Amino acid sequence: MRAPPNVTTKVFNEALRSFEAAVGKSWVFTSEEDTALYKDAYSPFFGEPEERWVSAAVAPATVDEVRQVMRIANQHRIPIYPISTGRNLGYGGSAPVYSGSVVLDLKRMNRILEVNETNATCLVEPGVSYFDLYRYIREHKLKVWIDCPDPGWGSLIGNALDRGNGYTMAPYRDHFGSHCGMEVVLADGDLVRTGMGALPGAKTWQQSMYGFGPSVDGIFSQANSGVVTKMGFWLMAEPEAYLSGTVAVAKRDDLEPLLKTLCELVANNTMIATTRLGSPLQLGRMFGLPPEPEHAALLDKPGVTVAELEAYGRANDLAYWTIDLKFYGGVEVVEAQWAYSQRRFAAAIPSAKFTRHDLLRFPLTDDQAEQNFDKASLGIPSLQAFFVGARSPAHPHASRGHFWFSPIIPLSASAVFEAQAVFDAAFREWGVRPLYRTLPQLYQPRVFYLLFGFAISEDPAVNRKTRETIRKMIKLAAEHGWAEYRTAPAFMDDIMAVYSYNDHALLRLHERIKDALDPHGILSAGRYGIWPKHLRKQGQ
Amino acid sequence: MTTASVIRVVIVMGVFIASSALADDTVAGSGEQIYQRWCTACHGAGADKPGTGALEFKYKGAVPAELEKRVDLSADLVKYFVRHGVSIMPPFRKTEITDAELDALARYLSKK
Repeated sequence: MRAPPNVTTKVFNEALRSFEAAVGKSWVFTSEEDTALYKDAYSPFFGEPEERWVSAAVAPATVDEVRQVMRIANQHRIPIYPISTGRNLGYGGSAPVYSGSVVLDLKRMNRILEVNETNATCLVEPGVSYFDLYRYIREHKLKVWIDCPDPGWGSLIGNALDRGNGYTMAPYRDHFGSHCGMEVVLADGDLVRTGMGALPGAKTWQQSMYGFGPSVDGIFSQANSGVVTKMGFWLMAEPEAYLSGTVAVAKRDDLEPLLKTLCELVANNTMIATTRLGSPLQLGRMFGLPPEPEHAALLDKPGVTVAELEAYGRANDLAYWTIDLKFYGGVEVVEAQWAYSQRRFAAAIPSAKFTRHDLLRFPLTDDQAEQNFDKASLGIPSLQAFFVGARSPAHPHASRGHFWFSPIIPLSASAVFEAQAVFDAAFREWGVRPLYRTLPQLYQPRVFYLLFGFAISEDPAVNRKTRETIRKMIKLAAEHGWAEYRTAPAFMDDIMAVYSYNDHALLRLHERIKDALDPHGILSAGRYGIWPKHLRKQGQ
Repeated sequence: MTTASVIRVVIVMGVFIASSALADDTVAGSGEQIYQRWCTACHGAGADKPGTGALEFKYKGAVPAELEKRVDLSADLVKYFVRHGVSIMPPFRKTEITDAELDALARYLSKK
């Protein structure tokens, strides 16, 4: 057992005894075997001295126990790092940003406290996963949907606090944006409820977002000012039907009218599902999948021209660009939305081709739900995302994990072309090939996210090079006005550093809030680049 | 809001008692139930299960790709992979699968 930095063994032992009294001896983990389970399974520092380690883990089951743990930690100045399910792999997992912290493992707080079918809301604890809530809704045949991120074993609360995204309609797939009310234990053990929850006996905590006075919920997301122990969410009422269709265009320059029309349909609420820009012509290069040999040779040909690609596409019926449109609602409504969308795209690009996919009606049977491959679009949690890096024909050698660089760019053709050119040139210059690279994804309704996946290796030299690449990408993106929205602990300081307007005024504000709410700096030091006063120089 | 429309619960799933009531040696469900809860999303049947896909590619039919159909797994091997992970599969903590639950899971997968 190792004590956290700047904590003596004697003081640490006293704190551990107090933790045991608070949560029960069997829920305080100190052995090397147990604390190793909290390492970041996808650490980009695998096997290096910088790999984050954990001094102990404490697993409370109730809010009162969380409050006791925080009071004890404050008394003994023990660094604490709360996790919900600890499954945000690629973004740090269950490991602390500040090595040696005690992990506050909230997985045992796994109660679904309320699902209100009429208002389509819920109230959950941090240990509740998307799988848990989905199973509960199915078992009780409730007419509500969840919106889940890629891996379904994550926590609703943890993902929302990390500002994760999902795949259904815009109001729900912004997981922080769709929350309604929080309960938070502050660093000193005080207990706060936000929004209407501040009213004792409130009847609308999960229905009305703001309550009275300043809205403070944001200071607990991507931050380190409190431990969120309850959170409400707005759910989606089960639609009668789902209809999707694909718009395909043949020319590179069709992208401008394609995206302009998409913007119009998103902003007038005709098509508010997520979508991804596709490019069957560029597929081999973008996804790392083996295309036909002739196609692969063309993609790899130095100086290949747009005219050559377009000619190959015409000859082989491959679109230059595609967009999938998805609609949720009444049968007549989704049919009308699809018809209207086709009319708008056809007006902008007369040569556009349209493919209508099967209409689904709900509820799905268990077999239908299980067999559907586009689960995320239907709010069905899965672990499909782990095909990335898993052993497969495309990747004969499995990786040891992965992490992401996901800068946000404008939703426009010029931005897509510029980003492609900038990153393609950089990768050529640096001799880098990401594990996974997609065309832009529409998570939030008015911007594109670029997703670059990088593999974790067991070779520290490879990981060092990857970390250098990510740091160069962060700076390169910032030079073009793009930045990442979320990251792993290894890069939190780097990304916070590029949000530097007016001499880092935003970070300085975060630090003032941090110092006020957590004066001893015990809570999640360094998370999202926000360090407590006594560690500030170290972090930066 | 009608009474029927509001569901208040103290359990996550019918077969699992709230973990706050668990001692660390309590088994929340049978080995099969633990398998269904924690393993099938990656190792179950179907083309969208990355664990099954990876094992299918690795063993090329020499052993079944679905863990539940394997007859060659020892309890110790199951426990090792759950606590240590392998490739992109992370280890599982004791707040997720307790030692007693892992015993039940290992017995279930090794008695096939």
